[in-house]
Amino acid sequence: MSHDQYKILSKRFGRNDGHKLSVYESEGGYDALRKAFVLGCEAVIAEVRDSGLRGRGGAGFPTGVKWGFVPKDAETVYFMINADESEPGTFKDRFLIDYDPHLVLEGSIISSYAVRAELCVIYIRGEFGWLIDRMQVAVDEAYAKGYLGKNILGSGYDLEVIVHKGAGAYICGEETGLINSVTGLKGQPSIKPPFPAVQGFLDKPTIVNNVESVAAVPHIVTNGAAVYKQHGTEKSCGTKLFSVSGPVKNPGVHEIPLGLPFREFFHEWLGGMADGEEFKALIVGGSSVPVLTADESMRLNLDYESCAEAGTMLGSGGMIIIPARCDMVELIQVLMHFYWDESCGQCTPCREGTGWLHTLVRKLRRGEGTLEDIDLIDRVCNGMVGLTICPLSEAAVMPMQSFLKKFRPEFEALVQGRTEAGEASRWAREFRS
Amino acid sequence: MENDKNFTLEGDDLTRYEAIVARYPTKRSAIMPSLWLIQDRDGYVCDGAVSWLSERLEMSEAKIREVLSFYFMYRETPQAKHVLQVCHNISCHVMGARPLLTHLQKKLGVRTGETTADGLFAIEGVECLGACGMGPCMLVGKHLYEHLTPVKADEILDSLRKGDPLRPDTDRELEA
Repeated sequence: MSHDQYKILSKRFGRNDGHKLSVYESEGGYDALRKAFVLGCEAVIAEVRDSGLRGRGGAGFPTGVKWGFVPKDAETVYFMINADESEPGTFKDRFLIDYDPHLVLEGSIISSYAVRAELCVIYIRGEFGWLIDRMQVAVDEAYAKGYLGKNILGSGYDLEVIVHKGAGAYICGEETGLINSVTGLKGQPSIKPPFPAVQGFLDKPTIVNNVESVAAVPHIVTNGAAVYKQHGTEKSCGTKLFSVSGPVKNPGVHEIPLGLPFREFFHEWLGGMADGEEFKALIVGGSSVPVLTADESMRLNLDYESCAEAGTMLGSGGMIIIPARCDMVELIQVLMHFYWDESCGQCTPCREGTGWLHTLVRKLRRGEGTLEDIDLIDRVCNGMVGLTICPLSEAAVMPMQSFLKKFRPEFEALVQGRTEAGEASRWAREFRS
Repeated sequence: MENDKNFTLEGDDLTRYEAIVARYPTKRSAIMPSLWLIQDRDGYVCDGAVSWLSERLEMSEAKIREVLSFYFMYRETPQAKHVLQVCHNISCHVMGARPLLTHLQKKLGVRTGETTADGLFAIEGVECLGACGMGPCMLVGKHLYEHLTPVKADEILDSLRKGDPLRPDTDRELEA
């Protein structure tokens, strides 16, 4: 493949031996950890800050800056790896753990060392049962080889790692929800501030980073920030994994330099649409970001700034390609069911709002809606923004409002009792409600 | 359940439980793995297990029930032998999750959320399983079946009935 030069995180994807410690070591694995101990904590933080690496879970906050928030005099610090990958459309972290568990682990150890954490919890969603086993094997191997435990590689640094199994809750991917979940509470988010980096797990400074973020750290430590920045744009540095779903010729996980034009990605990486399919719309970074029409997509560059300019977000890189045969109202009903199902119920605007949105869209699809209902959808959305503890509420509003804005005729067609309503009604009843 | 009050962990199970509690920084933080340990053994978490944990983890039963009921994957009642969890979220929907669900419902004669009379199968519609590029997909126990079609689904059902499950897509051929 001509795109191999961009494979930093994904170089062992697709292989049947990449999970082995011996293979990882023979390809330079754990050398970055040795180098990190020589450089020291401060230098590692500085290198990661200079690399411009931004949180790959969705928010895009600079990783090194986040680490810098941990108070220097803190006695106990915790690190948590967010592998609760549950954003619809996203399946990149799963590939990292499956094909390269030691890369994830080495990144976790170096990152923990940078902030002097004594415990690192790798939080993997419960549905990924086989990956939990894969990660646990890697952790056990690392303990046996002295990469974990007391006095790692003679550095004087001690670190314990726990592989923690989630139990099915989207909200635990939010960092305070994740921390509360590990604490032994319901996985409901907490108000920030205090930010976890100052007061998190058991009230101690806690850093929560996405799997893909920490997986980039060994490369940055080994080769330096300048090499990492050879790919990407000025503000969106490095490479990023995109997990692509929908009827394209090559769905799956692709690593690309940030800033790549979507048009190029679509034609050269994804091979365009599968035979007989036509491109209609794009969800660029997981189901929670505003949708783009096919035309808008073709003008988009895949970096944080360009996405913001286009009125959407790069998010997690969970890219969903929507074909022409799909009814947008049907798809938004699927999504509104999801957010309603996954709202943790803490904040009224989210708990009630997601339910209302689902109910209203379902009503439209049953052919029972009115034009006033369409306006009501918009009004409900406006009452859900900026009023909640965490962003789940906005995560429901962004697709809802953008679907409505860009594909309004499809919503109105249902009101006017045209062709689809009968079929829609049958399915709406079938769908769990 | 009848034997609820007699719930206990013994032998290897107790050793594993104690190892979990020793590894976590507080007793309360060991609740999730403890619930998993019990559910993996019994298939669900009974009332007796809640009392048993309450005493040992120094948490009220109400707090344990909060955790137990908050998370979708924990079960408080016995389940079908094979719970077929079919993703009905957006990517799988685009690739055909809906006809797949309808097919399974017809084939097994139960609706989503119901269990077959012989207790062998239950169908659940679940949210994104992280196999979006390989959809439609279905989780059975620990493993995922991907790129599903009605024909492949039938083969999986038959193999589960025979007690010799088809190899899941997540169970990759690995070099030893």
